[in-house]
Amino acid sequence: MPLLSRYYIKAGMLYLLLALLANVLLASSSTLGLPPAINTLRPVYFHLLMVGWVTELIFGVAYWMFPKFTRELPRGNPLAGWATFGLLNIGLIVRVVAEPLVTIKPEWNLGWLLVVSALCQLAAVWLFVVNTWPRIKER
Amino acid sequence: MPRLSVWMLRAALLHFGLGVSAGALMLWNKGVPLDARLWLLLNTHVEMLLVGWMLQFALGTAFWILPRLGERRYGDVRLGWAACLLLNTGVLLVALSAPLNLTGFLLPGRLMQILAVALMARLLWPRVKAFAT
Ligand code: HEM
Ligand code: HEM
Repeated sequence: MPLLSRYYIKAGMLYLLLALLANVLLASSSTLGLPPAINTLRPVYFHLLMVGWVTELIFGVAYWMFPKFTRELPRGNPLAGWATFGLLNIGLIVRVVAEPLVTIKPEWNLGWLLVVSALCQLAAVWLFVVNTWPRIKER
Repeated sequence: MPRLSVWMLRAALLHFGLGVSAGALMLWNKGVPLDARLWLLLNTHVEMLLVGWMLQFALGTAFWILPRLGERRYGDVRLGWAACLLLNTGVLLVALSAPLNLTGFLLPGRLMQILAVALMARLLWPRVKAFAT
């Protein structure tokens, strides 16, 4: 298994853990009497699960197992692979931190962080699409 | 990889790119407001990513990778092509219904998706078995 795939799958497992923790907070907020601000974690929970866990697992396994690009470059340009990993993770982490803060502390003016996060994730996903496209082929 | 999988996986990639583009617009808009109407993309985002991307990616991969019925025998591929067409049309109808305010698209879109999943289940059913018969 290539190193990049191992990074993806292990990062994915950490995000799954974080997602489940966020979920426990959401599900028990009334029992524990948590402040309503906890509800800002809803989209965070959901994207930790979907982007952090499911998407990173798919990216890792697809990078590893899809048909070879060419004999010399079986997985396409490795630099593009690592750039995808970096952008996706920076984008997700920035979102997880900034999204609740934008609502809870509007006076901090952190909205621009969500723009950074959106652009990082957008670039990561289209990079993945462009790099994976030619590896999906008939034999 | 069989041709049907190529089409389903590539269609899934397109839904992925477009669905995340809708998400990125909403996220930008949540931090630095651009236009309140961008929230109309929420259903489009969810539909394209959960059904167009994840479900279709899983089905396309299953058709490729599950044990075959024999040398190059994937089952009746016509069912798969019908499912592919229905699934993608269904996703597009549901994805467009909210931003275009075409609520009439919702029910036929969902029915097409259900039919697509039933066809794929029928097609893949006998291939859920041990390798090497
Ligand atoms: C692939 C797996 C999963 C998917 C696709 C999924 C999907 C969802 C969705 C779409 C929602 C609604 C979010 C919203 O309305 O904002 C939700 C909420 C919820 N999920 Fe999951 N979920 C998954 C796994 C789990 C697991 C493993 C647990 C529990 C251990 C869980 C517990 C909950 C709870 C308690 C809520 C309600 C949270 C709230 O109070 O808003 N989910 N999930
Ligand atoms: C890749 C898989 C993804 C899936 C399956 C997914 C799914 C979802 C779902 C189900 C919701 C609705 C949650 C709710 O109603 O509480 C949602 C909301 C949202 N998603 Fe995603 N999403 C994905 C990726 C992304 C990405 C990459 C971005 C941004 C770049 C994004 C941006 C958003 C935004 C801004 C919302 C609205 C949050 C809010 O209610 O304030 N999503 N997504």
